[in-house]
Amino acid sequence: MTMQSGLATSPTQLRVYAPTADLDVASPPSREQERARAIVSPRDSRTEPGPVRFVIIALALTFLTVFVVLPLVVVFAQAFSKGISSYVAALTEPEALSAIRLTLLVAAISVGLNLVFGVIAAWAIAKFDFRGKTFLITLIDLPFSVSPVISGLVFVLLFGAQGYFGPWLQAHNIHVLFAVPGIALATVFVTFPFVARALIPLMQEQGTQEEEAAISLGASGLQTFFRVTLPNIKWGLLYGVLLCNARAMGEFGAVSVVSGHIRGETNTMPLLVEILYNEYQFVASFAIASLLAMLALITLVVKTVLERRLDEGQIPSDD
Amino acid sequence: MTIEVKNIVKKFGAFAALDNVDLKVGDGELLALLGPSGSGKTTLLRIIAGLDWPDAGEVSIGGEDALARGASERQVGFVFQHYALFRHMTVFENVAFGLRVQPRAIRKDEATIRARVKELLDLVQLDWLANRYPSQLSGGQRQRIALARALAIEPRILLLDEPFGALDAKVRKELRRWLRSLHSEIHVTSIFVTHDQEEALEVANRVVVMDKGRIEQIGTPGDVYDNPATAFVHGFIGESIVLPVDVSGGSVRLGGRPLNIAANGAASGASNLFVRRHDMQIGPAGSGALEGAVRHVRSFGPIQRAEVALSGGEGKTVIEIDAPRDRELRAGETVSLQPRRYRIFAAQR
Ligand SMILES: Nc1ncnc2c1ncn2[C@@H]1O[C@H](COP(=O)(O)OP(=O)(O)OP(=O)(O)O)[C@@H](O)[C@H]1O
Ligand SMILES: [Mg+2]
Repeated sequence: MTMQSGLATSPTQLRVYAPTADLDVASPPSREQERARAIVSPRDSRTEPGPVRFVIIALALTFLTVFVVLPLVVVFAQAFSKGISSYVAALTEPEALSAIRLTLLVAAISVGLNLVFGVIAAWAIAKFDFRGKTFLITLIDLPFSVSPVISGLVFVLLFGAQGYFGPWLQAHNIHVLFAVPGIALATVFVTFPFVARALIPLMQEQGTQEEEAAISLGASGLQTFFRVTLPNIKWGLLYGVLLCNARAMGEFGAVSVVSGHIRGETNTMPLLVEILYNEYQFVASFAIASLLAMLALITLVVKTVLERRLDEGQIPSDD
Repeated sequence: MTIEVKNIVKKFGAFAALDNVDLKVGDGELLALLGPSGSGKTTLLRIIAGLDWPDAGEVSIGGEDALARGASERQVGFVFQHYALFRHMTVFENVAFGLRVQPRAIRKDEATIRARVKELLDLVQLDWLANRYPSQLSGGQRQRIALARALAIEPRILLLDEPFGALDAKVRKELRRWLRSLHSEIHVTSIFVTHDQEEALEVANRVVVMDKGRIEQIGTPGDVYDNPATAFVHGFIGESIVLPVDVSGGSVRLGGRPLNIAANGAASGASNLFVRRHDMQIGPAGSGALEGAVRHVRSFGPIQRAEVALSGGEGKTVIEIDAPRDRELRAGETVSLQPRRYRIFAAQR
């Protein structure tokens, strides 16, 4: 509160205290005002004339067709070029089955781990204030900004024969590189950001109010997480898991570096596609590729559904 | 259950949100915590509830040290400023939450929980909304559900953080009355935060006025209105006319001109004279401490509100006063003004 000393010389210098009841009814803009604003706003400047609109849309569609639809069609066309029986035969080859199995295993491991890590990281970032928070956020994004090949190389440097842990691992007869653990590690690293990135904005927006309410009602930390936090983020979590899974199954660069390409053992589906292609086994190669393409399509559909759920989940805020 | 808060200090960085706050709430009391935005009301409630921890001081609930327990063990009913209802649960499940998360040993069976929730929804008169989601409720309904949810755990004390803050004036008035009768029914020790002085005066037995993290005054509604302890309280509770005056040796001067009023023991120096609008008595010119020309008169209800430009001094000082309708005022008329009741507080620098 400011008070003047000395003589007040103008009407405005004098303070008459009003109760806050009067002050806090800041009136929202009336309907009239809003309508007036809507009329004044140059709405037409956003709508281009017909021909321009047509050209822009046509360009976008052409681009999509050439770069997305066409390749997809080609993949399926090639896969089925020798008939369904050779397609099925290609997929039931022991090498192919092994690659599919390995891919599913690696995807399951990375989705599982990243689900846990991602939720914990997002929780820490969204709900607590601590030093080094911005650093942690940057760190989470690191796998996105580093070339996957480099990510793979990092693991070679760590676990390779000449790497930091190499001699120790060798002494204990543990295989990381050119084996499932290496592939899983590289994939986990590359796909780490997906879950955390999907959750952080969601959790930040939701704040800690509901958690605090739960705790004041006597809920334990775990009860609060499973009954309040998790249900609130479930669609975002599924979204992150979906993208994480798609990337885990499709990862090539990082996995290629650590895999060693042992046939029937350390080849994932993307790696096998390349190997078969280089050996001119086009049908087999594209048959596997068609599986990955289908994964992509399914991912897209589910993603669209989830995005709609997420939008619906945006309940108008309480105040 | 009594609440006792002793010498609480809470700092956010270098900023003291609570600065040595002392407060005792008696068993079954309904206490209003009143203060402008940012005065530390929410912070104090959060500390009592265990959602924040003080940097220094003690909190006890029912004679027990509350700081030794976490928020989930304190059994404090908290109604949040922005409701904080669980958005993915129905109204029913929201109210049932506190009962469902009880330790297995004392958790009631499903039928008992259902009966209890039904009872609470009846209490807040919203049983017909049991299957709705919070987003499908009006503000006032959400508020009452938040209250029912807090009551479900049979709280030892109830903390309400501006429970009616986001509602329109009419609904507020209704809920305020409803809360008062609810309190006389269940008699749980309650602290009720508001920054609306009318609300505080109407609902509470006792009012605590806070400003800038400190308690300025504690008293009955009548007390804080009639005998404000500080300039802040005088200005915050009810509307006041404030005139900058000089006090020297028992005489009061406004712009160098002596006012014909007693200093009432106010210390010498630059001060402010506080008078309620309706405590300015209007008389014929030349008969009072102040004189001025009526510039504008508005009449509504039993009073007329006049803008009076005080004469004397270099410029024009305009004040608003409330006068009963029995003496008709006209614009242009010169009148004298005599403060019937007034307070003088040293000016803050
Ligand atoms: N987490 C925080 N970090 C930093 N400052 C905070 C934090 N919480 C509160 N404050 C500050 O402490 C002061 C008191 O806040 P508080 O929420 O208690 O005010 P209030 O009296 O409840 O106000 P209102 O009537 O607006 O709700 C404010 O100045 C606020 O900015
Ligand atoms: Mg507050």
